[in-house]
Amino acid sequence: MSAVLNEETKKVLVDPLVNNNPITLQVLGICSALAVTSQMSTSLIMALALTLVTAFSSAAISAIRNHIPGSIRIIVQMTIIASLVIVVDQILKAFAYDISKQLSVFVGLIITNCIVMGRAEGYAMKNPPLESFMDGIGNGLGYSLILITVSFIRELLGSGKLLGIEVFQLTKDGGWYDPNGLMLLPPSAFFIIGLLIWAVREWKPVQRESVEYKIMSIAHGEGGHH
Amino acid sequence: MPNEKKQCQHLAGLCAALEKNDNYLKAKAYAEKVLALGNDSLEKTIAIAVSLCLVCAVLVSFAAVALKPLQVNNKELDMKKNILDVAGLLEEGSNIDTAFAEKIEPKIVDLATGDYVDSVNVAEFDQRKAAKDPAQNITIPKEKDIAHIRIKAKYAKVFLVKEGGAIKSIILPVNGYGLWSTLYGFLSLEPDGQTVQSINFYDQAETPGLGGEVVNPNWRALWKGKKVYAESDVASSEKGLIAEADKGEPALSLIKGVVDNSKPGSQYQVDGLAGASLTSTGVTNLIRYWMSQEGFALYLNKVRTGNGGVS
Repeated sequence: MSAVLNEETKKVLVDPLVNNNPITLQVLGICSALAVTSQMSTSLIMALALTLVTAFSSAAISAIRNHIPGSIRIIVQMTIIASLVIVVDQILKAFAYDISKQLSVFVGLIITNCIVMGRAEGYAMKNPPLESFMDGIGNGLGYSLILITVSFIRELLGSGKLLGIEVFQLTKDGGWYDPNGLMLLPPSAFFIIGLLIWAVREWKPVQRESVEYKIMSIAHGEGGHH
Repeated sequence: MPNEKKQCQHLAGLCAALEKNDNYLKAKAYAEKVLALGNDSLEKTIAIAVSLCLVCAVLVSFAAVALKPLQVNNKELDMKKNILDVAGLLEEGSNIDTAFAEKIEPKIVDLATGDYVDSVNVAEFDQRKAAKDPAQNITIPKEKDIAHIRIKAKYAKVFLVKEGGAIKSIILPVNGYGLWSTLYGFLSLEPDGQTVQSINFYDQAETPGLGGEVVNPNWRALWKGKKVYAESDVASSEKGLIAEADKGEPALSLIKGVVDNSKPGSQYQVDGLAGASLTSTGVTNLIRYWMSQEGFALYLNKVRTGNGGVS
C-alpha cells in the first residue's frame, strides 16, 4: 500500500480537505452546496455521488489525455462527465429511489458542478490516471466535508433533527425548540459557507488573498482627476 | 471449470478468426494510424469525437436499459405505497403488492361526465402520461386554471377501497402548482364524497421545512374530518338536484395561522403551513380546482346519488 500511496498521491488526497479545499479556497461548487444542504441525508448522497463522478471522470480523462485534441477538449471532458452522471442518476433511481426523489434535479446538475470540470481541466489533463483518480477522491472529500458541516448546522438549527432523527423537540410538536426558518432556505448556506471561509482563513492565513487595490487615504491622496 | 476452459478456447478461436479478418485488420490499422496523428489534425479530432460518443452512448444506454425494470418497479411500488398510505391501510412490514391487490380497486373516470369508462385498460392507464399526450388531454382555459397546471388528462384514475362490496374510501389524484413545483398527491374522501379522510403529496419540490411540510404527518392529520363542499350544496345533490349542486364551489381552504375548531365554518378550514403562504395558496387552489366541476364534482355527485351506475 505504501508503494501506491506515494508522496504525490498523499498530497492530492489530503490537500483538498483544508489547505486547498474546493469550496472554501477555490470557491467552486457553491450552487449545489446551497441547494442540497438543508438535510444531512441528501448531502451525504450528493457528496458520495460527486466524489465518485469526480474520481472516475478524472481517471477516464487522464487515461486518454494524450489523445484529446485541444480544440474539442472541453467538449470531450463534458461528454465523459455527463455520461458518468447519467449512469449515477440511473443507479440511484434503481437502488435508492427515495433519495433520488429528494435529490431530483441536483444529481443531473453534478454535470455543471465546477469542481468536476475544474479537476479534469486543472489536474487530469496533465497527470496519470491513478493520481488523477486520487485527486478526484480528495477533492470530492473536501467538498463532502464542507457539505456535511453545512448540512449539520442547517438541519440541526432549521428542523431540530440530524439525519431525520429528532434531536431538539420542536415547539409545534410540544417541545422547546423554535426552529430557525432561515436555516432551511438556500441563503443560510451562503452565510455558513462565508463564516467557514473566514474561519479557515483565520486558521491558515496563507489562504488570504493578497490585496489587489489599496484604498487611498483622502488626506494623502494625489488630488488627481478622475 | 471445463465450461470456462471451453469458453476461453471459444474466445481464443474468435480472436484468431478476427486476426485473419480483412475488415478487422483494416480497422486496426486505421486506429493505429489515427492515434499516431497530431492531436490537432482534423481527421483525429473527428475520429476521437465519434469514437468517444460511441463509447459513452453505449455506456449510458446500457445503464438505462439494464436498470429500467428495477426503476419501473420502484416507481410502481412507491405509487402503491402512497395510495395505501392515504387510505390508511399502510402497515409496517406488510407486502405492498398484495395489500394493494387485495384492498384497492382502480377505476377510470371521465372528468367531463363523471361516469366510469370501461373502454380503457385500467392497469395500463397512467394519468400523468395521459395529461401530456395530445390525444388524451385537454388544455384548461386560462380563467379556469386556478391550479396553474395548463393541461389535464380527459380521464382520471381514481382508487376505491371496498369492504364487503361497500365503498370505504374514494381516493382521487390531485395536482397543482405551489411555489417552486407542481405538487402531485392523493385526496382520500369518505363515501359521502364530502368528508376528507386524508391527503398525501407524493411528488413535490417545495422548500424543505417550509412548503415541504406538506408531507408532515402532523399537518396531514389536520385534514381528517374536514368537509370539501358546503353542506347546502351536498344536500341538494343528495336530493338528485345535481344542476343545483353544480353551482356549488368547493369550500375547503387553507387559512393563515391555526384553525379554531369551535368556530362555525372551521370544518372547511385547515391550518396554513407556517412560513409557506404560497405553497398553502397552491394547495387551496389545487383542492378547489380538482373538487370543482373541472375536476371530480360531477363524479362525486354521481357517487352520492348512485346515478349512472357509479356506486
